[in-house]
Amino acid sequence: MDYKIDYSEPPVIEIENLHKAFSLNKVLRGFNLKLWQGENLAVMGKSGSGKSVLIKCIIGLVQIDQGKLRVLNQDVTALDRKELDQLRALIGFQFQSSALYDSMTVRENLEFPLRRHKNKIKNEAGLNAMITEALEAVGLLHAMDYIPSELSGGMKKRIALARTLIMQPKIILYDEPTSGLDPVTAKEISLLITEVQQRFHTASIIITHDLACARIASDRMIILHEGVNYAESTYDKLAEMEDTIVKAFFV
Amino acid sequence: MIKSLKQFFLITGQLSEFAGRYFREVFFPPYEFKEFLKQCFYIGNKSFALVGTTGLIMGIVLTLQTRPTLIEFGAVSWMPSMVGIAIVREIGPVLTALICAGKIGSGIGAELASMKVTEQIDAMEVSGTNPFNYLVITRVTATTIMVPTLVVVADIISLSGSALVEYLKGGVTFQLYFSNVFEYLEFGDLLPSVIKSFFFGFAIGIVGCYKGYTSTKGTEGVGRTANEAVVISSMLVFILDFIAVLVSDIFYEL
Repeated sequence: MDYKIDYSEPPVIEIENLHKAFSLNKVLRGFNLKLWQGENLAVMGKSGSGKSVLIKCIIGLVQIDQGKLRVLNQDVTALDRKELDQLRALIGFQFQSSALYDSMTVRENLEFPLRRHKNKIKNEAGLNAMITEALEAVGLLHAMDYIPSELSGGMKKRIALARTLIMQPKIILYDEPTSGLDPVTAKEISLLITEVQQRFHTASIIITHDLACARIASDRMIILHEGVNYAESTYDKLAEMEDTIVKAFFV
Repeated sequence: MIKSLKQFFLITGQLSEFAGRYFREVFFPPYEFKEFLKQCFYIGNKSFALVGTTGLIMGIVLTLQTRPTLIEFGAVSWMPSMVGIAIVREIGPVLTALICAGKIGSGIGAELASMKVTEQIDAMEVSGTNPFNYLVITRVTATTIMVPTLVVVADIISLSGSALVEYLKGGVTFQLYFSNVFEYLEFGDLLPSVIKSFFFGFAIGIVGCYKGYTSTKGTEGVGRTANEAVVISSMLVFILDFIAVLVSDIFYEL
C-alpha cells in the first residue's frame, strides 16, 4: 500500500470501557477501540453482538450508558445538537440498506447533505464538479439522473458511498457494506473501500460478516464477542489463531 | 381499560411534546422553502379534485334534500342564506378537514414511517442535517396553510352546486343566489371558520408527522401508522370543531 498510518498521532476515534444496554439486554460491556487516520478496521461478531450499535454510538445516533467516546478529539457525549451536526459533517456513515432518499434522483441525493453544509460549496460550478468527482470515484457517473428504485443493490451501495464521499469525511463507518450482494459485486465494493482509503486517506470502521471483505479492506480486525473486543489483530494473524471462538469466524 | 387510558395519556403527552418541538424550531433557520413549496403543491394539488367533487356533491345534495321542506313552509327564498351559513360555518371546514385527514394525514404518516423503516431519516441525521426541520416543519406548515385554502375552495364549489340546483329547480339566477348568500353571511360566520381551519390543518399535519416520525415495527408499522394518523387526526378535527364552536359562541353569540 502506498500510504502510511501514523500511529504516533492521536487516534481519530478513541473508545474506552464503552457500555450500552437496551433494557436488560447488555450489548456492549466494556468495549475498547483506537482508530488512526488512514486505517481501516473491520469489526466482526455474531448477529446481535452490538456491532451496528457500536458505530451508531460513534456517530451519536445511540446514547452510550457509560465509558469514554472521543471522535476527532471531541467527546461525543458532551456535544450539543449544533456541535454534533458539525462533527457529523466530518464522518460518513454507510447504512446496510444504503438509505438513499427514494423521492430524489441520484444527483439530488448527493446534493442534499452538501446544500445543508454551505461552507463546503463555493458555487454552483463547484457543486457540479464535486458531484461529478464523487460519482466518478464510485464509477457511476452515468447514473446521475436515475432514481434509487432504478438502481441495483450494488449500485445503491456505490451511490451511498458517493453521498458519503462528497462530504469529504475524515472517518467513514460502514455497516455491512457487502450484505445482500453477490460475491463478484461484494468484492468490487471491498476493493472500492480500499481505494477510497488510499485515495482520500480516510479512517474507516467496517462492520461485516463477510470474511473476504475483511481480508481485502481491513488493516486490522476486532472480534466482538459478548460485548467486548475478544480478539484484535490483522486478518492473517487472527486466521491462524487456535482459539475456538475466533476460529468459528474463519470457517 | 387502565392500559388503554395510560396509552391515551402517553400518546397525548408525546404528541404535545412533538408539537412543542415544532414551535421551538419553526422560527429558526435553516428554512427549507423549496421543500415547503413542494409540499404545499402536493397537498393542494393532490386533494383539490377530491375536495372539489365532495364539496359540489354536498352543496347539491343539501339543497335537494332541504328544498321540499322549505317549500312546504313557504320559506324556499331562505335557501341561499341557510345553505350559505351551513356550508361556511360548519360543513365546508369539517368535511374538507376530514377528507384531508384521510388523504394527507395518512400520506404523510406512511411516507415518514417508510423513511424511518428504511433508515432514510437516520441518514439525514448522520449527515449533519436536521430531519425534523426538513421533514416535519415543512409538512406541518404546508398543511396548516393549505387546509384553509382548500376549505375556501370547497365552500365556493359547494355553494356553486347549491346555486346550480336553485337555478335548475327554481329559476334563481347565480347573481341573485350569491347576493342572498352574502347578505346573510356575517364576519362572525367567516372568521371563526377560517381560524378553525388553520387548527384543523395543523392537527392533521402534526399527527401525520408524529405517527410517521415515531413509527416502529418495520414495514408492518407503516400501514398501522397511516391508519392511526387518520383515526387520531379525524378525532382531533371533531374535538377542535367542538371547542371552536364553544369559543365562537362566546364572541359572536351564534
